[in-house]
Amino acid sequence: MALLEVQNLGISFGGLRAVDDFNLQINKGQLYGLIGPNGAGKTTVFNLLTGVYKPNEGIIKLDGIDITGHSNIEINKAGIARTFQNIRLFKDQTVLDNVKIGLHNKYHYNTLEGIFRLPGYRKAEKQMDERAMELLKVFELDGESHYLASNLPYGKQRKLEIARALATEPKLLLLDEPAAGMNPNETKELMDTIRFIREKFDMTILLIEHDMKLVSGICEELTVLNFGSVLCQGETSKVLQNPEVIKAYLGE
Amino acid sequence: MKKINISKQGKSNLITYGIILLLSFLLFFIGQSSYQLKGLLVPVCTQIMLAVSLNLTVGILGELSLGHAGFMCIGTFVGASFSIYMEQFIPIAGVRFFLALFIGALSAGIMGFLIGLPVLRLKGDYLAIVTLAFGEIIKNIVNMIYLGYDSKGLHFSMTDTASMGLAEDGVVIIKGPQGVMGTPADSNFGIGVILVLITVFIVLNLIHSRDGRAIMAIRDNEIAAESVGINITKYKLMAFTISAALAGMAGSFYAHNYNNIKASTNNFGYNMSIMILVFVVLGGIGSIRGSVIAATILYMLPEMLRFMSQYRMLVYAIVLIIMMLFTWSPKAQEWKSVQMEKLKVRLKPVIDKFRKKSSDKLTKEGE
Repeated sequence: MALLEVQNLGISFGGLRAVDDFNLQINKGQLYGLIGPNGAGKTTVFNLLTGVYKPNEGIIKLDGIDITGHSNIEINKAGIARTFQNIRLFKDQTVLDNVKIGLHNKYHYNTLEGIFRLPGYRKAEKQMDERAMELLKVFELDGESHYLASNLPYGKQRKLEIARALATEPKLLLLDEPAAGMNPNETKELMDTIRFIREKFDMTILLIEHDMKLVSGICEELTVLNFGSVLCQGETSKVLQNPEVIKAYLGE
Repeated sequence: MKKINISKQGKSNLITYGIILLLSFLLFFIGQSSYQLKGLLVPVCTQIMLAVSLNLTVGILGELSLGHAGFMCIGTFVGASFSIYMEQFIPIAGVRFFLALFIGALSAGIMGFLIGLPVLRLKGDYLAIVTLAFGEIIKNIVNMIYLGYDSKGLHFSMTDTASMGLAEDGVVIIKGPQGVMGTPADSNFGIGVILVLITVFIVLNLIHSRDGRAIMAIRDNEIAAESVGINITKYKLMAFTISAALAGMAGSFYAHNYNNIKASTNNFGYNMSIMILVFVVLGGIGSIRGSVIAATILYMLPEMLRFMSQYRMLVYAIVLIIMMLFTWSPKAQEWKSVQMEKLKVRLKPVIDKFRKKSSDKLTKEGE
């Protein structure tokens, strides 16, 4: 059974049909790409999947459970985590704290335990520190754990955002243009990181990307969006040779 | 790495507590110099508590609130009424005062929660305007309340003293615009310092806990906070409620310094709210230590400059500008960090010596 199943998803903003009749099936462990020209509705699809927008019609199922119309907090708890096209870190907090905020719903103690530093606080904080450092180590950020997030170089900020998303222990990870603003070397490194995450965490990944080298390099299947509707779906190599897709990207 | 981090945070907290103790010693000696200055000791503690608690809303949650004096007002009147009414039942001043502080905090906290529920949907300037309005509403409602008690129990009215229908032996607690009367004088500077320490303890520990991180995550990026499953409404309300409750405690403490308190504009109106905000902003938004220092200096200064008569406010204004530059200008921040480094280098031999001594001691004890 597919991990993520999307049927007839659609949303309109006023008279604009942003996403129309969108269908998607992602199996567990798959690395799936969502591509399309600018303004095609890719990020809108992400926002629909994560509950930022409520769809006008359609069904979203994660692991067989219907999550359509749930709030983004519930959806995160159900197991979808994401990164953002324009990096959204907690800038005035340390790298370590950024990941610990990602662990927010995984370790619990109540407010009083926190204020009076009771044993519950110590225990949970210790576990959180350990878990967060583990994650940072995976992304080679453990040396910068006490830096402010805003002081990290761009590439590391991207990595930190992924680490924070993974801290919520998702079943499905959504990456919104992870290679945006990276040079070819950084992109190559990112490809390795994504492959590594997938193996290490046994993760299913859906990513939006414009960099065709990255897409053809790591994605197994693709969906191409154009003007809010699916243009083409299938194996990466076949999709990229589809004349319609080439037309949408390059024009006639 | 981790250990250094924790001790760094702990060290910074210790410095804050140290500064508070140092300031209170200073204040204590200043208070000895004249009767007027001595009278300022309890209010200055109140101001520090208010500044620290407002910093929780403005600096940590990142929402501008201009109604902080309103919550203090609730704490003042509820705490004072409680003490007056309970004087007959609880003769021990300490217990009664403690309960009055607690009930002042509780009532202001509940009010903060109820007001926060609708208000925190707004952001920025709009939130500031609405909290300002709520602060004024609270003050004006308090001005309409008449409360008294006699052998039958409590009496309450919104029009005048007569309509309460008190028996002959009845005592009026709150007399509308004339305020609350006959509050027992339980407050003193010592209790004030303890309450300041408690306030700072609560706020600092809250900031460095799971809840505090969630609150700061909302401040830094609401969308990202939601994407990692943080309940925005819950944590906004939590910060706002705790902030209001601490203001209520400060208010209740303040009430027990005066026999009679009126809910006037200067005491509990927007003037006061803005004054607290000035302390927070000039001390550095989000810096608890800064709030403590700024509240102390800026509250004591006008009184201490009294010898300059008409030039007093001029000097005060200059101090405000200097403090603003000192906390916010990048040049000043650079200068501060350079000075800190220099100080560290200079202190290093002393600290090393001290460490060596203590480690020697430990090894000796080990033997």
